[in-house]
Amino acid sequence: MKTYIFKRILTGMIVLLGVITITFIMARVIPSDPAAKWVGPKATPEQIALAEKELGLDKPMPIQYANYLKELLKGDLGRSLRTKQPITKELALYIPATLELVLFGFVLAVLIGIPLGIYSAKKKDRLLDHISRFFSIGFVSLPAFWVALFLQLVFYKGLGLLPLGGRISIETTIFHRVPDVTGMLLVDSLITGNFAIFKDALIHIILPGITIALYPIGLVARMTRSALLEILNEDYIASIRSYGVSEGKVLWKFALKNTLGPTATVLTLSLGYTLVNTFLVETIFSWPGLGSYVATSVITLDYPAIIGVTIFSATCYVILNLIADLIIALDPRVRF
Amino acid sequence: MNNHVIKETMKPKIKAFRESIYLLTRNKLTAIALYIILLIVLVALFSPYIIPYPEHISDEANINNKFLPPSGKHFFGTDEIGRDIFSRVLYGTRVSITTGILSVGLAVLIGVPVGAIAGFIGGTIDEVTMRITDMFLSFPPLLLAIVLVSILGPSLNNAIIAIAVSWWPWYTRLVRGQAISLRERKFIQAAETIGTPKHKIILKHIIPNTISPVIVQASMDMGGVILTIASLSFLGLGAQPPTPEWGLMISISRKYFPDVWWYSIFPGLAIFVTVLAFNLLGDGVREILDPKTRKK
Repeated sequence: MKTYIFKRILTGMIVLLGVITITFIMARVIPSDPAAKWVGPKATPEQIALAEKELGLDKPMPIQYANYLKELLKGDLGRSLRTKQPITKELALYIPATLELVLFGFVLAVLIGIPLGIYSAKKKDRLLDHISRFFSIGFVSLPAFWVALFLQLVFYKGLGLLPLGGRISIETTIFHRVPDVTGMLLVDSLITGNFAIFKDALIHIILPGITIALYPIGLVARMTRSALLEILNEDYIASIRSYGVSEGKVLWKFALKNTLGPTATVLTLSLGYTLVNTFLVETIFSWPGLGSYVATSVITLDYPAIIGVTIFSATCYVILNLIADLIIALDPRVRF
Repeated sequence: MNNHVIKETMKPKIKAFRESIYLLTRNKLTAIALYIILLIVLVALFSPYIIPYPEHISDEANINNKFLPPSGKHFFGTDEIGRDIFSRVLYGTRVSITTGILSVGLAVLIGVPVGAIAGFIGGTIDEVTMRITDMFLSFPPLLLAIVLVSILGPSLNNAIIAIAVSWWPWYTRLVRGQAISLRERKFIQAAETIGTPKHKIILKHIIPNTISPVIVQASMDMGGVILTIASLSFLGLGAQPPTPEWGLMISISRKYFPDVWWYSIFPGLAIFVTVLAFNLLGDGVREILDPKTRKK
C-alpha cells in the first residue's frame, strides 16, 4: 500500500513535469514572437532585442527551459503581457472566488446527485429512471455558458428572484465590513458570524453554483445508479434478502456503503472539469475568479497568463486524480 | 479466390451491421437520438438550399429589421444587424458538423498510427508513447485547446487543430490496446514469419483491424467535440464573425442580453440538441458493448 501511494505520487509529479514541458514547448516553439508581444506593436527592433534579453529569450532553448523550471519551483509563473504584473500574485487574488464556486458546486453534486442516483436505481426502468437518465446525459450535453444565460433569463428577468451577477451587492458592502480570512465569502462570513453578508453571498452564488454543478450532478447520479445496480445483483445482497431483511435496510445498510468508492472517484474527477467550466461561466455572472481572469487574458491573447492558469489547473487535476486513486486504494477489496 | 474471400468475409460483417442497427434502435432513447442525428446531418448537407434567408449567412442584411422578436416571418427573431437567426442557426449545423468531423478526423489521423506503432513494436517506444499520452490526458481537454489557440491565434482552423491535439491520445490508447492483442494473433505472426516489413504489417493488418472500435469511439466523441468548438468560439477563440457558429452567436448576443433573449436562447438550444443526440447515441453504443448490460 505504502509503495503504491509513493509510486502514485511519483508518477503524478512526472505527469506534472510533462504538462509544464508541453506548455513550455507550445509557448516557445510555435512561432509567436513573445518579445514583440511584450513590448507592444509600436516597438523598434532595438526595443524588441532588449526585451528578448530581459526575458531570457536570447539564450539557447535548453537553458531557457532550465530557467523556466527554476522560476516555477520558486512559485514564479512569469509576468502577464497585459498588466505586466507577476502572474502568481494575480492568480492568488482570483483563486478564492473560483474555489468557493467549485466547492459550492461540489456540495450540490453530493446533495442532489447521490439521492437522484439511488432513486433511479430503485425504480430501474420505470419512467422516473428514464427521466433521470435523460437528465443526467442532458446535463453533460448542456453548454454551461448557455445554461448561465438561461438561468439569468428565468430567475433575474422573469421572476426577479435572484441577482444578475457579482459576488455581493454594493449595498451590503456599504453597511457591513466584508471579512477577509480565506477569501471565500461564505466561509469568512460564517466564521466571523456576519449573517447579513452570508445571506447576500449565498443569494449571489446560487445561479453560478447551479450552472457549474449540473455536470457533476449528472455524472454522480449516473455513477451511483450503475454502481448500486451492480451491487444489488451481488450474491451477498441476495443472501441478506433471504434472511428477510427489509429492502430499505438492504439498501441503506449494506448496498449503499459499497457504492461510495466509485461515486467518490467520479466526484473528485468531475471537480477538475468543473474548474474548467468556470472559465465559461464566470464572466457571465461577473464572478471575479480565475474564469474571468482567463476570459480577459484570452481576449488580449495574454498567453503567459493563460499558461499560468493552465499549470495551476493541471496541478489541481493531477492532485485530484491522485486523491481519486487513493480513494480506490482505500477499498479493502483492492489488492496490490 | 480473392473475390470469394471478400464475399465470405463481408457476409458476417453485413450481418453484424444489421444486428447493431437493430440493437441500437431497440432502445427508444437511442433510436430517437439516431433519427435526430440523421436529421441534423441532412440539415447540414442541404442548409444553403433550405434556409429562408441564404443572404443572411454573411454580413448582408437590412439593419431596419434589427432585433425583431420571433414571429412567423422570422421563427427565431433577428439579430443586431437584422439577420434572420433561424437561417443562421440552421446554417450553423453545417459549421458545427463539419468542424466536428474535421477535428475528430484529425485526432484519429494522429492517434491511430501512433497507437498502432506503439502497440505493435512495444518496448521503449510503447513506454515513451504512453507517458506522452498520460501528459496530454492530464490536461482538461478544453484547457489545452484554449492554451494552443491563444498561442496559434484565434480562428476556426486553429480551433480544429487545437481540439485534435487534445483528443488524439484517446485514440492512441484505444488502438494501442487493440494492437497489443492483435500482435499475438496467428495471421499477424504468419505475416511476420514470411518476412513482411513492420510498416506493412501495421498499415495493412493492424490499422484496418482496429477501425471499428475507432469509429465507435469517434461517434461517441462527436458530442464533446462539438461542445468544445462552441465553447472556444464563445470565448472568442474559434469561429470569427460573420461565420454563423452557435457559440460565437451566443458570445455576441451577450451584449444585448437579457432584452434580446431569443438571440442567445436559440443557438444554445441548437448546441444542446446536437450534443445531446450524439451523447445519447454514444451512451446507447456503450450499453450494447458493455457485456454487463447487454444481456437484458
